[in-house]
Amino acid sequence: MYIKDLKKLCCLIYENSIGGDNVPKGSITAFKTQRATKSNSSTMSRRRLLTNIAGWGFALPAILGFLFFNIVPMALSAYYSLCDYNVIGASVFTGLKNYISLFDGSDPAFWASVKATVKYTVLAVPANLIFSFMIALMLNRPMVGRAFFRSLFYLPSIVPAVANSFVWLLLMNPDFGLFNVILDFLGLPESKWIWGEKTVIPSIVFMGIWGTGATQVIFLAGLQNIPRVYYEALEIDGGNAWHKLWKVTIPMISPTMFYNLVMGIIGALQVFNASYIMTNGGPNNASLFYVYNLWRQAFTYMDMGKASAMAWLLFITILMLTAFVFRTSKKWVYYEGGDE
Amino acid sequence: MALTGKNRIAYIVKRILFYSFILLLSLICIIPLYWMVRSSFMKSTQIYIMDPFVFWPQEMIWQNYKDATKFMPFLDYTLNTIFLVVVNIVGTVLTSAMCAYSFSRIKWKGRGIVFMIILSSIMLPGSVTIISQFIMWSNLKLIDTYWPLVLPAFFGGGVTNIFMLRQFFMTIPKDMDESATIDGAGHIRIFLQIIIPLSKSAIIVVGLFTFLGCWNDVFGPIMYLNTPEKFTLSLGLLQFRGEYSTKWNLLMAASTLVVAPCIIVYLVGQKYLIEGITLTGLKA
Repeated sequence: MYIKDLKKLCCLIYENSIGGDNVPKGSITAFKTQRATKSNSSTMSRRRLLTNIAGWGFALPAILGFLFFNIVPMALSAYYSLCDYNVIGASVFTGLKNYISLFDGSDPAFWASVKATVKYTVLAVPANLIFSFMIALMLNRPMVGRAFFRSLFYLPSIVPAVANSFVWLLLMNPDFGLFNVILDFLGLPESKWIWGEKTVIPSIVFMGIWGTGATQVIFLAGLQNIPRVYYEALEIDGGNAWHKLWKVTIPMISPTMFYNLVMGIIGALQVFNASYIMTNGGPNNASLFYVYNLWRQAFTYMDMGKASAMAWLLFITILMLTAFVFRTSKKWVYYEGGDE
Repeated sequence: MALTGKNRIAYIVKRILFYSFILLLSLICIIPLYWMVRSSFMKSTQIYIMDPFVFWPQEMIWQNYKDATKFMPFLDYTLNTIFLVVVNIVGTVLTSAMCAYSFSRIKWKGRGIVFMIILSSIMLPGSVTIISQFIMWSNLKLIDTYWPLVLPAFFGGGVTNIFMLRQFFMTIPKDMDESATIDGAGHIRIFLQIIIPLSKSAIIVVGLFTFLGCWNDVFGPIMYLNTPEKFTLSLGLLQFRGEYSTKWNLLMAASTLVVAPCIIVYLVGQKYLIEGITLTGLKA
């Protein structure tokens, strides 16, 4: 990904936040390093030195943390991905063997995990975006008890993953689960839910919708930032609710939509809990998600080299996908200050 | 509003439909929690009977909760979890506030670029670094200790928290520190005596997010803890299922006990929590 995309991402994060008031929308000027005014006096330069020391000093935990927990592990895993390594013994350099073993078809589980993850991402990202956007649209309308409903819809997102998974195992049980009772009641055929090869991923996607509280709140904040004058102008021109949605709301929310899309893709490609806690990758590897497969390589088979290779492939895929989404964003994301 | 006749009826009908829809969604939204609590009060045989459908058990069996806490050392796991939560909150609040102070109120050379690089790690997939992190900790011989679960909190406490506090600190008027500087206060004093006291609500948000994140974490404890005495609630609950997979009533009672503190904390702090997400546009 190019540095320009990086800047754009940061701009996007800025735009989504409404806290800081010093950043003009859509501008990247905030990232230009502060150019200190020239001064010849030694007290000024001494003060500047002290300021720099204080600045670096206060930021040191984050800088060190970034190095220790991001950069160094990334570099190490790049190295391990070229090695045969099981933690206990020494690492043996084997070149691209790990990568080749993934691609030459000798590991059917790898392709099963790619397939499951792609399927999940393709279903979950749009489902979560559409659902949370609809909830936000609804909560943005004048209504009694908005704060109450907003908190209520967020509530499922705070339920711990393990407890949540257990409840869903019970709800989706084919023999005595609530969902099949509801399907029966509605006259629909029963489902095997996560125990069916075809239904397992849609079931996990369905379950995921309950956890979209934060996305809803972000959308709602975006909606509340749209200046009322736009709607008023449209009303004067005789626009109806449909026009308001398509001509004002959707263009104005597109940066938020874009941000949620990028974060949604990154999150979906790393889906893990459901397969670890609920399905163990089954039935027949249908829900063997990529990161769960990576986890198994590392901690069940102790093949750290192969797991690292998988991690790097995932990282590169995410980078390329994100860069691609960034490229297309020019066509559909509306920036108020004009795009540079 | 001057609505009359037809318009008025149309308006009322629309409103009724709108509220019915939102109430229906609320019901759907609450189903998992309702089902958990309902099942936790049932006899184990009752859970398997779906016809006739039972909305709520006539006789609530509190014994399930007692039994659930007997199957695993519930108190020990709770204390372990509380310990981890408290240490994580201390580390996260302290260091993320420090870094946020530097990124918002000290004009140092390179600030913009450093902040941009650190902020971009939001996009870095966590699963890419876990293996090397595990290897690093195991080389340090710190597997099966709490170090891997608490030490990272003291290194900035997560980008989202730094970003949130930074956004908040920016809203505090600059003249406050300027006048303090004239009075001879250094950065440490400005930070501790002006910024921190003025940012209580933002710090509460960071604390809440840290609480929820740490209480719910399964990934970390599974990876780093081996000895059952050191387990957290989430990890204990996960083991519970392996052993008592058919005792759904006890499993649900144990789950309710694990969920309850989260809900209480959420109910107390939900106003701050939602404000925090709104302020940053980020989910922690």
